[in-house]
Amino acid sequence: MGLFSGAQGKAARGFREAQGDLHIDGVTKVFTDFTAVDDLTLDVPRGSFFALLGPSGCGKTTTLRMVAGLEQPTSGRILIGDTDLTGSRPYERPVNTVFQSYALFPHLTVRDNVAFGPKRRGESDALRLADEALELVEMTRFAGRKPGQLSGGQQQRVAVARALVNRPEVLLLDEPLGALDLKLRRQMQVELKGIQTEVGLTFIHVTHDQEEAMTMADTVAVMNLGRVEQMGHPEVLYDLPRTTFVANFLGQSNLGNGRVVDTDGDDLVVEVAGTTARIPKARSTVSSGAVTFGVRPEKVRISDERPRDAGNDVRATVVDVSFTGVATQYLVTVPSGSTWMVYEQNLDVERNHLRPGDEVWLEWSSGHAFGVATDDDAAASGTAAAAPDDADAPDDTDAPDDADAPGDPTARPAASVDAP
Amino acid sequence: MTAGVAHVAGAGPDLPDPVPSAGRTRSLTAYLLLLPGALWLIVFFVVPLAQLFTVSLQSGFPGYPGYYYRDVNFGTYASALTEFAGHFGRSLLYAGLATLFAFVLAYPLAYAMAFRAGRWRNFMMICVIAPFFTSFILRTIAWRQILADNGPVADTLTFLHLLPGGRITETWMAVVAGLTYNFLPFMVLPIYASLERADARVIEAGGDLYANGFTTFRTVTLPMSMPGVIAGTLLTFIPAAGDYVNAELLGSDRSTKMVGNVIESQFFKVLGGFPTAAALSFTLMAIILAMVFLYIRRFGTEELL
Repeated sequence: MGLFSGAQGKAARGFREAQGDLHIDGVTKVFTDFTAVDDLTLDVPRGSFFALLGPSGCGKTTTLRMVAGLEQPTSGRILIGDTDLTGSRPYERPVNTVFQSYALFPHLTVRDNVAFGPKRRGESDALRLADEALELVEMTRFAGRKPGQLSGGQQQRVAVARALVNRPEVLLLDEPLGALDLKLRRQMQVELKGIQTEVGLTFIHVTHDQEEAMTMADTVAVMNLGRVEQMGHPEVLYDLPRTTFVANFLGQSNLGNGRVVDTDGDDLVVEVAGTTARIPKARSTVSSGAVTFGVRPEKVRISDERPRDAGNDVRATVVDVSFTGVATQYLVTVPSGSTWMVYEQNLDVERNHLRPGDEVWLEWSSGHAFGVATDDDAAASGTAAAAPDDADAPDDTDAPDDADAPGDPTARPAASVDAP
Repeated sequence: MTAGVAHVAGAGPDLPDPVPSAGRTRSLTAYLLLLPGALWLIVFFVVPLAQLFTVSLQSGFPGYPGYYYRDVNFGTYASALTEFAGHFGRSLLYAGLATLFAFVLAYPLAYAMAFRAGRWRNFMMICVIAPFFTSFILRTIAWRQILADNGPVADTLTFLHLLPGGRITETWMAVVAGLTYNFLPFMVLPIYASLERADARVIEAGGDLYANGFTTFRTVTLPMSMPGVIAGTLLTFIPAAGDYVNAELLGSDRSTKMVGNVIESQFFKVLGGFPTAAALSFTLMAIILAMVFLYIRRFGTEELL
């Protein structure tokens, strides 16, 4: 590999060489009056692209800052490979951060910004390494400029180069795309993923944008209130959420609170607001008592005739029809009174005769249903319930308060209901 | 496009404007807005300065002290410079020392206020500014008590064998201490402003990129606060170099006089001293301008932030 071919310079005093997987071992961080991270244990395999996803105040940025050494955990340990990094200073760790606000040095040129890390580590050819890193992010021709003379997207590239040039064991990205417009964000998602594949470093990406997490990461950990709710490959997470929070935060879900009334072979029979439905036992975290039934909007079919195979169907009233080109999005009211979302691909043009007020039947395959433990706070409303948004949290205070934040389902772009 | 739209969109008279009449109106407005300030400067700065310059070139009538005639006599400059070279040197030295001490005191204070003070920040800010509520002269006279012979400061220093002369008043130390004290807020405030504006994440980035605390300060924090440091040193050095109150109230009659004292006495105490005082004023101004110019050329502020 041409990049980073320079020999490892003499390490700064106290610098800890460490290689291997990142282990976050029972880490808790308590600020004066509130627990930001609560007994968190995570293993991030070396070379993977790992996303920490969650709403503002869920503790994801605090976790990142503890890995960087910018905060120290109240209890627990942070290790890379076998090396315990707990308690060491940021400059002693083989970890670099791409800050949310980029945090470029305003008084230095782009080249000197990127060369800053290698110079501190005593690399003799710091400037050459900087030029190579700038080439990787296609910023060579801006090398002589000051950060103030660059656009947001360009600054973002420089920030990535400035962290990458050190070839850290773990690269931390703190909502690095948050300040970019949608088009640029998409482009940078693809590029960052490409860079990660090329350099093969461990990337930990913190974001509150579920789509960004799913597109980029090999593994997504959904965080809420300082804990990991669920972790796994994006497709698995999307297909089978294990908590109400995940069901709502990662994509959207149609949910209904009910009870398990019976079992039938491999299925649980669930009653929700007078309607019975089936959930495969393997797809439910509870097997008796209260359960929250859920199904993804694109897995539901809508029809004005009663489906032949009764059992997984419900009568509903159309509230709203939005034509989005490739698909049509229906908002319907189900007997329990909550609003469900149905997302139909426009394969059959004739179907689009439904209008608000029409009585329809909803139908889904029971294999797509899932059951999670009923969470009284989050499951109060039928679809995408508002995720807790603790704006007083010390981290994420400058997270952009845009439409990506979970909340009112009608405020979200229809495209955010993406199939894996 | 209507003139109304152009008016809403407009900013300064130098922008290209598709509506000529609107452009002319706007540039006229700009000049009208400049007028009061410009008149003030002309009447109270440019004209007196020209007047001062002509005074500095006047010659006195031999045998009639206090009477002058219009002349182009640069001899006053030569004689004033030779006679009062020591005072010039002392002014620059004392002002330089006061600037240095003020910087050494102000930077940690401003740093603490910007990054460490938390909820005490406003209280500290008030402490820095509060002295302005009492008279400059009064505060300077108060220093005579603080530094007095057999006062707490002089006694302590004598006890520690750090004060060979046995006294602080009527020495250069008292003058420099007074200058440092009086101009300290002018050093603190600009440095505080530039540190407070600095993004804490940028300073964290220094640590993240393998710089320890001291290296981060040297390579990130200090360079980022340079605009404040430059503003602070100029705001301290320039008035300190021209000051005469501290030397008058805290210094001795002869050995610690500064140029300001000479100008003051030439104007108000010495019969026939007007041309000399004017020439000294002009020379001091020229020296300070030249030094400031070189200083800014060396540490240029435009490139910073």
